[in-house]
Amino acid sequence: MNRNTIFILLTGFLCGTAAASTAPDSINLDEVTVTAQTYKDVIPAQTLKGKELDALRTHSVADALRFFSGVQLKDYGGVGGIKTVNIRSMGTNHMGVYYNGIELGNAQNGQVDLGKYSLENIESVSLYNGQKSEIFQSAREFGSAGSIYLTSRFPLFAEGEKARLRASLRAGSFDLFDASVTFDYRLSHNVSFSFNGEWLTSSGKYKFRYRRVTPSGDLAYDTTAVRQNGDIDAVRFEAGLHGFLNRGRWKAFVYHYNSERGVPGAIVNNVWRRGERLWDRNTFVQGMWEYNVTPRWDMKINAKYAYDYTRYVNNDDKLIHVDNIYKQKEVYLSCAAKVIVLPNWEWSAAYDFQWNGLSEYKSVHRTTHWLSTATAFSLGDCFKAQASALLTAVNEERRDRDEAPDKFKFTPGVFMSVKPFRRPNLVVRAFYKHSYRMPTFNDLYYTDMGNAYLKPETAIQYNAGLLYDISRSKGAFRFFSIGTDIYYNEVRDKIVAYPKGQQFRWTMLNLGKVHIRGIDVQTQLTFRLPAEIDLTGKFQYTYQEAIDVTNPADNYYRHQIPYIPWHSFSAICMAGWRGWTLNYSYIYTGERYNQQENIRYNYTQPWYTSDLSLLKEFQIGKVKMRATAEINNLFSQDYDVILNYPMPKRNYRFGLTIEI
Amino acid sequence: MKTSRYLIIAMMCLAAVSCREDELVVPTEYDLIPGGPQPDAQPIGMYLLNEGNMGSNKASIDFVDFRNGYYARNLYAERNPSVIKELGDVGNDIQIYGSRLYAVINCSHKVEVMDARTLRRIGQIDIPNCRYIKFSRNHAYVTSYVGPVQMDPNAQAGAVYQVDTASLQVTGKCTVGYQPDELEIMGEYIYVANSGGYRAPNYDRTVSVVERHGMKQVRKIPVGINLHRIRADRYGKLWVTSRGDYNGVHSKLFVLEKESKWSSDMVVTDTLDIPCTEMCIHGDSLYFYSTEWNYALERNNITYGIIDIRTRRQVSESFIIDGTAADIEIPYGISINPSNGDIYVTDAKNYVSSGQLHCYNRYGRRKWSVRTGDIPAHMVFLYE
Repeated sequence: MNRNTIFILLTGFLCGTAAASTAPDSINLDEVTVTAQTYKDVIPAQTLKGKELDALRTHSVADALRFFSGVQLKDYGGVGGIKTVNIRSMGTNHMGVYYNGIELGNAQNGQVDLGKYSLENIESVSLYNGQKSEIFQSAREFGSAGSIYLTSRFPLFAEGEKARLRASLRAGSFDLFDASVTFDYRLSHNVSFSFNGEWLTSSGKYKFRYRRVTPSGDLAYDTTAVRQNGDIDAVRFEAGLHGFLNRGRWKAFVYHYNSERGVPGAIVNNVWRRGERLWDRNTFVQGMWEYNVTPRWDMKINAKYAYDYTRYVNNDDKLIHVDNIYKQKEVYLSCAAKVIVLPNWEWSAAYDFQWNGLSEYKSVHRTTHWLSTATAFSLGDCFKAQASALLTAVNEERRDRDEAPDKFKFTPGVFMSVKPFRRPNLVVRAFYKHSYRMPTFNDLYYTDMGNAYLKPETAIQYNAGLLYDISRSKGAFRFFSIGTDIYYNEVRDKIVAYPKGQQFRWTMLNLGKVHIRGIDVQTQLTFRLPAEIDLTGKFQYTYQEAIDVTNPADNYYRHQIPYIPWHSFSAICMAGWRGWTLNYSYIYTGERYNQQENIRYNYTQPWYTSDLSLLKEFQIGKVKMRATAEINNLFSQDYDVILNYPMPKRNYRFGLTIEI
Repeated sequence: MKTSRYLIIAMMCLAAVSCREDELVVPTEYDLIPGGPQPDAQPIGMYLLNEGNMGSNKASIDFVDFRNGYYARNLYAERNPSVIKELGDVGNDIQIYGSRLYAVINCSHKVEVMDARTLRRIGQIDIPNCRYIKFSRNHAYVTSYVGPVQMDPNAQAGAVYQVDTASLQVTGKCTVGYQPDELEIMGEYIYVANSGGYRAPNYDRTVSVVERHGMKQVRKIPVGINLHRIRADRYGKLWVTSRGDYNGVHSKLFVLEKESKWSSDMVVTDTLDIPCTEMCIHGDSLYFYSTEWNYALERNNITYGIIDIRTRRQVSESFIIDGTAADIEIPYGISINPSNGDIYVTDAKNYVSSGQLHCYNRYGRRKWSVRTGDIPAHMVFLYE
């Protein structure tokens, strides 16, 4: 009986993390042989989970995403600094971020600060180009140009086990202190409860250095200062109920995040400290219910209510005092159905509804409807295809300033892959997709900057690639895979701020046009050496050319857009031996420009950092323990990701996790 | 075998990328300007202050050398390599007094003081949120958006700071209206145009009159909303611009004169329904331009013109007659060479890329154009 329950829980878990379960680049050796031979997804995701994620556990979600190809991170530095990502140069707003299957929203500015999301309670992080290779999903998921899926830990119990407790403590540079506790409890055979709470505090103080030399090699200046006003104090609670039905499953989930932090701001001449403070309160409740009505018919319902409170205060006595409060509310409901027409042909349809409201600073609201249909077709184990179509209708309701017209947008997508041979294990894939981003509340209504007549911004993606892997179950060499994609993206009607005359008085227009050409490469190599030594190496490389083709008269026509490097890559090397894991990771971001014009004055140097971490798992009696020590920015490079936002030099972190 | 392929790919990628090098001092660039050297030119050159976008720390100083016929871009860092983080963030005004050059750097909260000939730094005066500078009798007067800290943040008035130009110390301070912009000194009085730009739609509408000697505000003259520029002409009149509210109320030009022969009080004696963003008085002509957003056409409505300051009538629809005005995206500064009447107009383009400086002769024909730094805006002539 018990054995059965565990089986159900496990299958449930695998379904629940479908986003992650299909990755061919899983590093768990026992799984490698399994995943390598399954040709499951049309276009598989890039995923971090298991031990790889454990090695990054002390960081935020944004830090983990740096290891995915095609992703560029904008990092304003420090523990509390804002971190946003964009995929394949299409802009942050084109990236959908999903927490346990439902999109995290910010109707006000469309940007999700991924620095706020801790990896502590995350089971897997997956990145999909285009969309998730799954037709049984909510309509909205077909909309973004790229998607990140964050899946929180699922409670797992051993035979006869009822409860599980895990606690972890971390401390390190920047006066960082972080305590987290996870409690899982099995209420019945089919229902389990999980709770996770975390408290994070840091002074955010770190030393940074600016150094310049004259062309003749003499030192011009060399100054080291301490970053100020980068402190953070954040509390997060998550609780979930996970249940299994005879022919389905359900989930209910509550999330609450409360933080106060300083906004460190740009370091400019004569200004080394700023007085901006930010308070965030994010709360959401979400639920999911999935049911297999008949053997050929599946149903899924998702619902969410979110309330976000942000208070921004500028206390700088040299500037005008500002104290603004923004409140956002969101109601979301989605229902999806999938029908198996023939064993190799599936059809799905979904309808989503969302209501967004913003109040206090300005008062606006909108309702959005999404209607999607998708179909998936496969031919044996050698061909798979998916097609989807999404209709979005936005109802911009009357508000205090002016009235924006309603918007409609139709976006199709086609995905296919071919596996021409039984052996070697080679898959050729391609996709074509339209996606869009809606003008945000700021774009539309921001006091004398917004423009009510904005159209949605469109991104069109063309992608072709292949994936090849070999796996062995004996010998030193175990696994090798290489995946590569070439792509061409076009961003049309790009929403850009356009000057109205006086400085800092702008308006938003559908002006911009960007052409993006790129190559992504990901490889992985695994060895099992004698004496129980496991070696894994992962490497990803991205080349991107993202040029502004808005107007030939501009002096930045056909120049690389700001902050997009031509070359970027990352590598992870991991060695495991009897509970010890040594992890080395390297990130390189190549030269780029910090403004539209590619001239000497806007040139930004490459940066590259090495991080080293050591992890030891051991057991004392019945208590499992894990200790970690890490050094980040090993060679203490002084760099800015964003101009005038200096990043920390070498820093350390230590952690201890106890599991009962 | 496969491993070697993997390694080759890795090596190829590594070969394609470059390493981080020492960060060099921002270098100066030189361009020749057409027309060649004019060894007797007086003024000998013109400094141009580029504002740089907020937070970019890219305020920079360019120099047009009339005598040698070249344009030097971004001089400050090369002349003062040891100044940490260069000139600063958002330049807002540049003036010469005596042998010194003063640059008001708004978001670096300072006035940078340099030798006018060499551009070498002499010192700085810390003034929070400083805007514009004027001089009189060995003192500099600087407007600032922030005066004393108030309990009510909505009533945070601005101030005028008095600075001793010998010691570079602040010697006095006087609270004026909200967010004061330009100032003008006439005799014993300082006239300050208050904008109230942060209080929109409750803009300030006054010119503050400050008694120079005692640094006391003695009067407030009601003029119009959101004031910006204030200039004295040679007949003792003050020309004041209002930005309007960028919506229904248009920009306007006001003339202030003494109430009567025996009174020292200035009052508005004329309101010209001419939108004016920036102006420059040359002889009896007031050259101006205006940029106003046209909501219907979704673009800027840009106008140029000349006003006769004696008759207060617009005498010309444009001072650029060869059609090259269309090349200017956003005019952002104007200056006229007092000796030969050459007109300089800067173009800020989209504010986040290099601008342009255009030179027109006194008849309105373009002589040359040159690339500048980001947001070229403020100019001052250098004499031998």
